Amino acid sequence: MRLRLCGTSALGFGSVTSSSTVTSPGVVPEGSTPADAGVQLGDVSQRPRGPSHLDPGVRRGGTEHGLSARVTTRSAVTALLASAAALLATPAAAQLVPPAGTPAAPAPVQQPGAPVGQTPPPLEVDVTGGISAPMPIAIPPMPTQSVVQTPAGPTDRLGRQLSEIVANDLRNSGLFNPLAAAATRAIAFPEVTAPAYDYWGGSGAQALVQGYIRANGDGTLTVGCYLYDVSARTELTRQGFVVPPSDWRRAAHKCADMVYTRLTGEGAYFDSRVVYVSETGPKANRIKRLAIMDQDGANSRFLTAGSSIVLTPRFAPNQQSIVYMSYVGRTPAIYVYELGSGRQRLVVQNVATTFAPRFSPDGRYILFSMAQAGNTDLYRVPAAGGTPQRLTNSPGIDTGGSYSPDGSRIVFESDRSGGQQIYVMNADGSNQQRISFGGGRYATPVWSPRGDLIAFTKIQGAFRIGIMSPNGSGEKLLTNSWQDEGPSWSPNGRVLMFFRQGRGNAGKADLWSVDLTGVNERRVPTPLDGSDPAWGPLRP
Amino acid sequence: MARLTTTLLMATALVATAACSKKRPDVLPPAPGGAPEAPPAPATDPNGGITPGSAADFKRSAQSDTVLFGLDMYDIDGTARGILDSQAAWLTRYPNVRITVEGHADERGTREYNLALGDRRANAAKNYLVARGIAPTRITTISYGKERPVALGSDEESWAQNRRAVTVVVG
Repeated sequence: MRLRLCGTSALGFGSVTSSSTVTSPGVVPEGSTPADAGVQLGDVSQRPRGPSHLDPGVRRGGTEHGLSARVTTRSAVTALLASAAALLATPAAAQLVPPAGTPAAPAPVQQPGAPVGQTPPPLEVDVTGGISAPMPIAIPPMPTQSVVQTPAGPTDRLGRQLSEIVANDLRNSGLFNPLAAAATRAIAFPEVTAPAYDYWGGSGAQALVQGYIRANGDGTLTVGCYLYDVSARTELTRQGFVVPPSDWRRAAHKCADMVYTRLTGEGAYFDSRVVYVSETGPKANRIKRLAIMDQDGANSRFLTAGSSIVLTPRFAPNQQSIVYMSYVGRTPAIYVYELGSGRQRLVVQNVATTFAPRFSPDGRYILFSMAQAGNTDLYRVPAAGGTPQRLTNSPGIDTGGSYSPDGSRIVFESDRSGGQQIYVMNADGSNQQRISFGGGRYATPVWSPRGDLIAFTKIQGAFRIGIMSPNGSGEKLLTNSWQDEGPSWSPNGRVLMFFRQGRGNAGKADLWSVDLTGVNERRVPTPLDGSDPAWGPLRP
Repeated sequence: MARLTTTLLMATALVATAACSKKRPDVLPPAPGGAPEAPPAPATDPNGGITPGSAADFKRSAQSDTVLFGLDMYDIDGTARGILDSQAAWLTRYPNVRITVEGHADERGTREYNLALGDRRANAAKNYLVARGIAPTRITTISYGKERPVALGSDEESWAQNRRAVTVVVG
């Protein structure tokens, strides 16, 4: 009944930077286990990792597997390059190669109740075929041992809400089919670690997520999260999260991330935020406010008041600030908004219109566009301010720059050939090469955090969201509406958020997401209308 | 449609002017001896309450404050030349007046590209005025991209009106 540190778990959070915020779920305090329940938190050593039949690149055993959740974008490039290649390939191309150097990852232990002689296949979600057959998964309400009032509400209600958030995240991924609430049942506190496999087996669920919530004496909440393989009757993984009541939803997102990464082999993305532009008012005079929300649309709040137009926000890699464009004072320019203090500062002293700002992956530079006398080029400037350095020098409009995750290259759009097309160059502006050659125009290129794909807006009458590889091959359009614009990658490079503009006088903009299959398309709820979404990194 | 826009803009300007004049303590009394059946149209007053050299005067005097462009284009066509010539003539008459040229795009381009395209259009109009003898120091430009349409439909007529450069007198 010893408690393990969950902050150092393989899927761990809090391992990115030790100087992370106070909101970091952190570490389960030693000795806070409810002894009668026998709950162990974050016991990494018990996490078996079956071989992925999809992707050799991410197939790692034991603790190493958890890299996917905490890798920096730099190492993600190499680690996950193969992953997306497999994604885009036909399922038949997926190989079943035993992972090299897999440390003795225990195979799922067959329980006595399982049919003899039939080892159930490892519980895995096929991310290519997952859409047609999302995995049935049961996520009963998380019980609490004693109902306690907290600033976030009573713990019994929180337990129900936590399981709903986990179910929502997993459902929205398109890869899981959570059982309807009516098809599950309430579980008792001791049952959390002793699942009723027979009952859940009869429910049709292949996987089972159970958990509990407890209010701690120091005002924090502990949420335990357990994943079970129903047919193999084994526990697959578990984690515990300690959060302040204001961050209770994050515990659910972390739990969903644990389930998602364990069963798909993909990187986590549910515990992340989105900055976007909240829109309201008549089409001729839209009021636009900078806003920030959780990835699922919860906790949306405004950062600016709406007295001037704001456009195209982007997170700094450390998520402490946001760079965006504003018309404050009727001079369009780039500003940095500090999330902690709410202060805003001008980045480039105004000599001309500056726009389309993006942080470099190391956060040291801001890439942007400057329009001067009708000509627009790409520049970069130190994030703290300074003298801009010109990167492109062609007659025409060069804009919409986006760094590769390792910062060595930049993808951008240019109309130097006569219409908007996508180009790639080195980060210093050298070696500019066009990569898009299809019909129509290509705009708003964004480099995937995995490095393997570039998302864009294709303009051929309608605007559609598409992807291609960084050399321009493998173009695939993911959406087919009237006007979809401005894709932004999820932290794991599997989902794109964009905005969809409606037609005509009453046409409004909304946030949408679509995954790489192009099948799982859904609207992201926002309190008002929304545009220009920018997905932030996984939270520390 | 372009004419209609102009008319609408003029009407808006007149309403705005009227609103301004209302704030003055001494509103012009009805013309003595005039028939009371209709309020005096601006045309009956030589100045119509409009200060020479003002923004309202510009709107009244120039053919239009707006020139239009083709899709993804920024060249100044014959119609636009006529309008800009009339603007240049007025600006020559009031050499101390400064202007801002606002560039706009229709909704069929992406946001950031349209900011650059609006900048192109504003500068195309500015360059024409400069070529007609207006000092470049009197002209600033700003691009609104597709953020501030005047026509709200998603059709050719609306898009044509929104691809524009608007000259605004700033004082």
